[in-house]
Amino acid sequence: MRYAETRMNDTDVIQPLNGRPPYEPGDADAFYAHVGTGGKVEADDWMTDDYRAAVLKFVEMHANSELMGVLPERDWIMRAPTLRRKLALTSKIQDEVGHAQLLYRVAEDLGKPRATMLADLLAGKTKFHNVFHYPTRSWADVGIIAWLVDAAAIVSQQALRDSSYAPYARTMRKICWEESVHVMHGRDVVLTMMSGTDAQRAMVQEALDRWWGPLMQMHGPPTDPAKDKDLHWGIKAKGNEQLRQEFLSIYVPRIREIGLRIPDPALRLDETTARWVYTEPDWDELRSVVTGHGPASQSRLEFRRVNYAATQWVRDAIMGNAAAA
Amino acid sequence: MSDLQAERVWEVFRQEAEGDPMIHSGNVNAPDEELALHYAREFYSRRGESQRLWVVARDAIAELDDPDLLRPPFDRSHKRPGGYIIKHKLEAAKQRASRADATE
Repeated sequence: MRYAETRMNDTDVIQPLNGRPPYEPGDADAFYAHVGTGGKVEADDWMTDDYRAAVLKFVEMHANSELMGVLPERDWIMRAPTLRRKLALTSKIQDEVGHAQLLYRVAEDLGKPRATMLADLLAGKTKFHNVFHYPTRSWADVGIIAWLVDAAAIVSQQALRDSSYAPYARTMRKICWEESVHVMHGRDVVLTMMSGTDAQRAMVQEALDRWWGPLMQMHGPPTDPAKDKDLHWGIKAKGNEQLRQEFLSIYVPRIREIGLRIPDPALRLDETTARWVYTEPDWDELRSVVTGHGPASQSRLEFRRVNYAATQWVRDAIMGNAAAA
Repeated sequence: MSDLQAERVWEVFRQEAEGDPMIHSGNVNAPDEELALHYAREFYSRRGESQRLWVVARDAIAELDDPDLLRPPFDRSHKRPGGYIIKHKLEAAKQRASRADATE
């Protein structure tokens, strides 16, 4: 009797090869069931045009943000207070440009050439993150950006390591590893100034006051999960409001514990719901800024255009050498 | 635009520590192998995080993409340790052996 049971158990070993619904090329319903239940998609797998367009738009915007995001920091390389700070800042900028390169590569495999993506960015046809449309006014801005802007970005980037688009998810694992260095560098800059003079502390507080609004807007307005197709298709793993809540949970205590004041009198943790309550961010400002109407939007794009033209000879030389070889 | 057509995609493999396998890391766009290696170093080892780097032209990679060959839809449990459930058989054999000892 026992032997018979054992024999039954042996046949139980046969497992389905894959717990997710399989999909055949061309079967859109099965494809969406696949990505909607944790399934992964590789660059050369069949995918729907809508999914391809959504991933491309998402990754291209991310790549643009990495590339444009170095410009506010670039302004401070020559004004860094010590050689070590200058090395760290230059290294961070190199990382961010490297991230842009990796992400443009991911986007290119979805069908849009890099040259076209750069042309669209320079023409103002595609977007980059709101926080990179603002000027930097003092060295404290460098600390606040590296600490808090990068921290807010990491919260969303960590969630992207689970993206249904596997080449993007893999790239995010590498990027998150490098971003964690930037956050430490930024926190160190801020802590050094907070341990300095009253004037230095005031400089950090003034920077935080200016950056808090854009930081709260950065993850975007709350979306209806049922209608958010990026979420539905697993391109991103967490909604905007969830990311903002996670950012606040980690960083509000860290900001306050070093004597900084967050410029939002309404900000508090609601103990009953375990959610942060805050003054509604200015969504009109967000929309205006990301469509190219921020205080530094046009000067940054113009700098990129001038720089792109000035470095044309490098691209020509590379391609010319290759042709001659 | 025509010059950019000359660029190729190179897949990058890196070894993190001596003795580790070469693991696919990503890819770079470059007109030739030499520049592809420079880009690979720049993107995948600027912190010295790779022991070894390979680049392979993407179009030189052949892929077996027939699912019936890769993961045949048959029971392959006899090829895995988990395909052999011995717990009950072992218990039965031990009991039988101890009974035999007791009757000796």
